[in-house]
Amino acid sequence: MLAYTARRLLIVLVTLLCASAVVFFVLEIVPGDPARLMLGLNASDAAVQALREQMGLNEPVLIRYFAWLGGMARGDFGTSLTYSVPVIELIGERVMVSVPLALIALVMSTAIAIPLGIFTAARRGRPADTAAMAGAQLGIAIPNFWFALLLVWVFAITLQWLPAGGFPGWSDGLWPGLSALLLPAVALALPQAAILTRITRSALIETLAEDYVRTARAKGLPARVVLWRHALRNALIPVLTILGLQFAFLLAGTIIIENVFYLPGLGRLVFQAIGQRDLIVVEGVVVLLVATVVFVNFLVDLAYGWADPRLRRR
Amino acid sequence: MSTDPLIAAGHEDWRLFVAKARANRSFQAGAVLTLAVLAMAALSLVWTPHDVAALSISDRLQPPSAAHWLGTDHFGRDIVSMIMAGSRNSIAVALIAVGIGVGIGVPLGCWAAARRGLVDEVLMRASDIVFAFPALVSAVMITAIFGPGAVNAIIAIGIFNIPVFARVARGAALALWPREFILAARASGKGAARITIEHILPNIANLLLVQGTIQFSLGILAEAGLSYVGLGAQPPATSWGRMLAEAQTMIAIAPQMALAPGIAIIVTVLGLNLLGDGLRDVLDPKLRRER
Repeated sequence: MLAYTARRLLIVLVTLLCASAVVFFVLEIVPGDPARLMLGLNASDAAVQALREQMGLNEPVLIRYFAWLGGMARGDFGTSLTYSVPVIELIGERVMVSVPLALIALVMSTAIAIPLGIFTAARRGRPADTAAMAGAQLGIAIPNFWFALLLVWVFAITLQWLPAGGFPGWSDGLWPGLSALLLPAVALALPQAAILTRITRSALIETLAEDYVRTARAKGLPARVVLWRHALRNALIPVLTILGLQFAFLLAGTIIIENVFYLPGLGRLVFQAIGQRDLIVVEGVVVLLVATVVFVNFLVDLAYGWADPRLRRR
Repeated sequence: MSTDPLIAAGHEDWRLFVAKARANRSFQAGAVLTLAVLAMAALSLVWTPHDVAALSISDRLQPPSAAHWLGTDHFGRDIVSMIMAGSRNSIAVALIAVGIGVGIGVPLGCWAAARRGLVDEVLMRASDIVFAFPALVSAVMITAIFGPGAVNAIIAIGIFNIPVFARVARGAALALWPREFILAARASGKGAARITIEHILPNIANLLLVQGTIQFSLGILAEAGLSYVGLGAQPPATSWGRMLAEAQTMIAIAPQMALAPGIAIIVTVLGLNLLGDGLRDVLDPKLRRER
C-alpha cells in the first residue's frame, strides 16, 4: 500500500507540474503588457519599464515560471494587478462562496440520487423505475444555467421566497448567506443528481447479479436484507468514488451558475480577472481548481487501492 | 458479384441492425428528435418564418400568435426564426469539435495501442493532464484569452474531445491487437499502420460512433454555456446560449423568452443522448449496460 501510495503521489506531482506549466505558458502568449495595463494608457515608457523591472517581468520566462511555482508552493500566489492585494486573499474570500455552494449542491444531489438509485434498482423494469429513469435522462439534458433561470423566475420573482441574486456574506448569520446559495445549489445539483442516480442504480443492479448475492438469496434471506446488507455496501464503493469526482466538477460548474446569480465566487473572480487582463489571478484560480481535481482523483485512487488490493499491483 | 460472401455479410449486418433498431425505443426516439433538429437547421438555411436580423421595436415582447408562433423578443425579433438559426450554430460548433476530437484523438489512440511502451505512457499521461483541467474552466480560459467567438469555442471544446477519443480508441485497439485475425495480418507481413487502417479501425468504428454521439451532446451543452456567458458566437450570429443570456435580463417582464431556447437545447441533447444509448445497444450487445 505504501509503494502504491508513493507511486500515485508521484503521478500527482508530475501532473500538477505539467498542468501549471501549461497554464503559465498559455497565459504567457497572451498579448498585452501587464505593467502598461496597471499604469494606464497615459503612462510614460520609462514608468512602464521601471514597473516591469520591479515586477520582475524582464526576467527570462523560465525563471519567472519557477519563481511563480515556488511562490505558490509557499502559499504566495502573487499580487493582483487590478486590486493590488495578494491573489491568495482574493481567492480566500471567493472560496467562502464557491466551496459552500459546491458542498450544498453535493449534499443535495446525494440526498436525491442515492435513495432514488436504490429505489429504482429494487424496482427494476417496473413503471416507477421507467419513470425515474426517463426523469434522469431529462435531468442530464437540462442545462443548469437554464434551470437556474427558471428557479429565479418561480421562486425569486413570482413567489419572492428567496433572493434572485447577490450574496450578503456570512457576517449576518447563517440564513442570509444560505438563502442566497439555495437556488444556485439546486440548479447545480439537478444534473449531477440525474447522473448519480443512474450510476447508483446500475452499480446496484450489477451487484445484485453477483454470486454472493444469489447465495444470500438461496439461503433464504429476505430480499430486503439481501439488498441493504449484502448488495448495497459493495455497490456504494464506486458510487462514493464518483461522489469525490463530482465535487471537483461542481466547483467548476459554479463558474457559470455564479454568473446567473451574481455571486462573488471563484467563477466571477475568473471572469472579472480575464476581462481586466489580471492574468496572475486567472493563473492562481485555474491552478487551484486543477489541483483540487488532481488531489481528489488521488484520494479516489487511494480509496480504490484500499478497497481492492488487486489494483495496487500495476 | 452479388454472391460475394463479404457483400452478403454486409447485407446481413444491415438487416440485423435494422431489426434491432426497430426493437429499440431509445434509438428510435433519439433518431427522430435528432433528425428533427438537423432538419430544422437545414431548413433555416433556406427559410425561416421571419428575417432573423429584422428588428421591429413596435412588435417587441409579443406573446405567441399566428404571425409569431413563439412570440417576439425585446427587439421584436421572431423567436421561432431565432431558434431555427441558432440550431445551426450549436450543431456546427459541437460537430466540428467532435471532428477535432476524432481527427486527432483516434490516430493518437491507435498509435499508442500499436506502439505500446513509451509512446503509450507519454500519451496517456498527457491525456491525464488534459483531464485534470475541468473542461468548463479551460474553455472559459481559452475563449477569454484568444477572444470570444464561435471558432475559439470550437477549439476550446475540441481540445477536450481529443483525450476522450484517444482513450476510447486506445482501449478498444489494445483489446484487438492480440486477436487471431490481427496475428494473421501481421504474419502476412502487414505493417502496424496498415493493420490499424484495414483491421483495427473498422472494428472500433461502432464504439467511436457511440462516443461521438455522446460528445456531440456534451458539445451542445458546452457551447450553450459558453455563449450564455458571452464567450461563444458573437452578434449578429444567433445562438441559443446568447438568447438565454438576453432572456435573463428580461426574466421579470417576459419569462416566456427563456423557455424556447432552453427547450431547444434540452430536445437536442436529449435526442443525442437517447440516440447514443440506443446505438450502443443496437450496435454491440456486449456493451449493453444493465438497465
